[in-house]
Amino acid sequence: MQEAKSKKIEPRTTKGDYIARARRLNLSDEQLVEFFSTMCTIRQFELMADKLYAMGKVHGTMHLSAGQEAVAVGTFRAVRVDDYVLNHHRGHGHFIAKGADINRMMAEFLGKDTGYCRGRGGSMHIADVEANNLGANGIVGGGIPQSVGVGLALQMKKLDQICVVLFGDGAANEGVFHESLNMAALWSLPVLFICENNKYGMSMDVEHATAKLPIAQRAEAYGMPWAYVDGNDVLEVYETMIEATRHVRSGRGPVLVEAVTYRYFGHSKSDRNLYRTKDEIEDWKKHRDPILRFKGHLLHAGIFDEAKAAEIDAEALNVIEKAVEFAEASPEPDLSTLTEFVYA
Amino acid sequence: MPEMTYLEAIRQALWDEMKRDERVFLIGEDIGRYGGAFGLTHGMLDEFGPERVRETPISEPTIVGAALGAALVGMRPVAEMMFMDFTLLTLDQLGNQAAKVRFMFGGKATAPMVIRMPGGSGTGAAAQHSQSLESLLMHIPGLKVVNPSTPYDAKGLMLSSIRDPNPVCFIEHKLLYKTKGEVPEGDYTVPIGVSEVKRQGRDLTIVANNVMVVRTLKVAEKLAGEGIEVEVIDPRTMRPMDTETIIESVCKTGRLLVIHEACQTGGWAGEVIAAITGSRAFDYLDAPARRLAGKDIPIPYNRALERAAVPQEEDIEREIRAIASGQY
Repeated sequence: MQEAKSKKIEPRTTKGDYIARARRLNLSDEQLVEFFSTMCTIRQFELMADKLYAMGKVHGTMHLSAGQEAVAVGTFRAVRVDDYVLNHHRGHGHFIAKGADINRMMAEFLGKDTGYCRGRGGSMHIADVEANNLGANGIVGGGIPQSVGVGLALQMKKLDQICVVLFGDGAANEGVFHESLNMAALWSLPVLFICENNKYGMSMDVEHATAKLPIAQRAEAYGMPWAYVDGNDVLEVYETMIEATRHVRSGRGPVLVEAVTYRYFGHSKSDRNLYRTKDEIEDWKKHRDPILRFKGHLLHAGIFDEAKAAEIDAEALNVIEKAVEFAEASPEPDLSTLTEFVYA
Repeated sequence: MPEMTYLEAIRQALWDEMKRDERVFLIGEDIGRYGGAFGLTHGMLDEFGPERVRETPISEPTIVGAALGAALVGMRPVAEMMFMDFTLLTLDQLGNQAAKVRFMFGGKATAPMVIRMPGGSGTGAAAQHSQSLESLLMHIPGLKVVNPSTPYDAKGLMLSSIRDPNPVCFIEHKLLYKTKGEVPEGDYTVPIGVSEVKRQGRDLTIVANNVMVVRTLKVAEKLAGEGIEVEVIDPRTMRPMDTETIIESVCKTGRLLVIHEACQTGGWAGEVIAAITGSRAFDYLDAPARRLAGKDIPIPYNRALERAAVPQEEDIEREIRAIASGQY
């Protein structure tokens, strides 16, 4: 990566054999299998969430990230466990990749007292503050200014953690996106801005909402390095995030990464997919699915076989089913606690 | 006890707390060399440096959002809105984020932050630099809303606000900045959520906030000469509000008048009157509970129009006389 600001970050090893790239990034077979396994866990969580909703077991809405698993895993394997994260409401995958307890996530999804937020937040507001997961935001772009404050605090305390903030292509058109990029760049704050461009802000196609693409290029206006990556290639995401976090952690200021990806489910439960075709969705699922693509590479390299891959996916489903059992057996919040937690 | 202005008292509180607690820092527009639009942070840049007197671009939503982010990871930010009106730019970060983060996350997050905001009319600053928005802010659960009327309360409440583990909207009134009063040196706090009886009286309870406390006290002194004894209560904190002190007072006086500069419709006077009529004090009321509030208009620029838009001493006097004589 270039020292100078406003340079596009180019992954160093885009050429050549896929697994050879992984090797150059010092990724072992076990790590690669873990990438695959965690992507399967995210996918199974989202499929189960959809199923639970169809069964009438979910009280509220949900925003599922199936199709976007590579961004989550590629990012959270590149950052440190003690780094801070803020994200927005399509965030299940991020938390799973960061190592959240699936049982407590599922319990929150079902509104139970054992959930991360004791049933107060639901799908849109999962947080684990003790694990430096500062929570998902229901307001598009709402978490972005907070990342500036987290970065500011880390800088003032002279800590070497960074703050990762994930948001969608829609959020990049909120005013706070620009305010925050400006401030973070101005003060060289340790913030990694990640825009998951899944092509739609609810129903609005990114090309109809954004005057100039790519979104990542907006970083140049703030003198900030940027990268534009295939968000459905977990290795490309990982490699870019390694480069980006190195820059951010070194005190040289923030980076904006745009990861192009695609969501399979609708925006939320009200979505009837009137703004895109079935063919488009099927095309992404068939040709660009992040899990199938990565699996293909691992099979090709002989890192595992079909039977092992199926076993890993079955185990992922098993984890999710156990989480559902845990959540369903968990108590509802006690009504007597209704007014708690408003003030400290 | 040394005398100082309301403005100096707030500065003293910020200064002392920044000396005492290294987690405290200021963030806002023009708060450094300029010293803030009203000079409140004058001298603080030299004393504490640019890192802790953090001057920002003109980006109010991100000022409040950044304060929240810093608070979530253990800092104690004090953000400045140059004018209270600019708080309206930040309502997402204040109302959707800071106010709700603890609740949404099941009690796991804390956001100890203060947002200072000079409000009120009387300076010819017109509609977008003169509002009194405390009623709007106190409607949002999760926020605390504080508005001192004296230098003593200003310092004591600022120290309490910085040390409070919740987001606190600290409302200052521009017309009070130059008012003087006795302020103890050193550390003392005025608790959040405790009102004060600023003047004892037997005939009528008046509840008023910030500059209206000052105006009401002047009128009360004048009318005392005529035998009308007004009790003046300053809630000091709008949320949580200490209604018990007001209930006690109304049980004694049997009459209630609530005075605020904020626009009447949806104003907090309605909240106080509901608290009284829904309490044991209702049985003691000898007259209708009344309110005297700002007109339901934006604040105009012209001096006479501006003056007429919010309660003045003569309005307060007229209203007290009307209540005292049963002519409402």
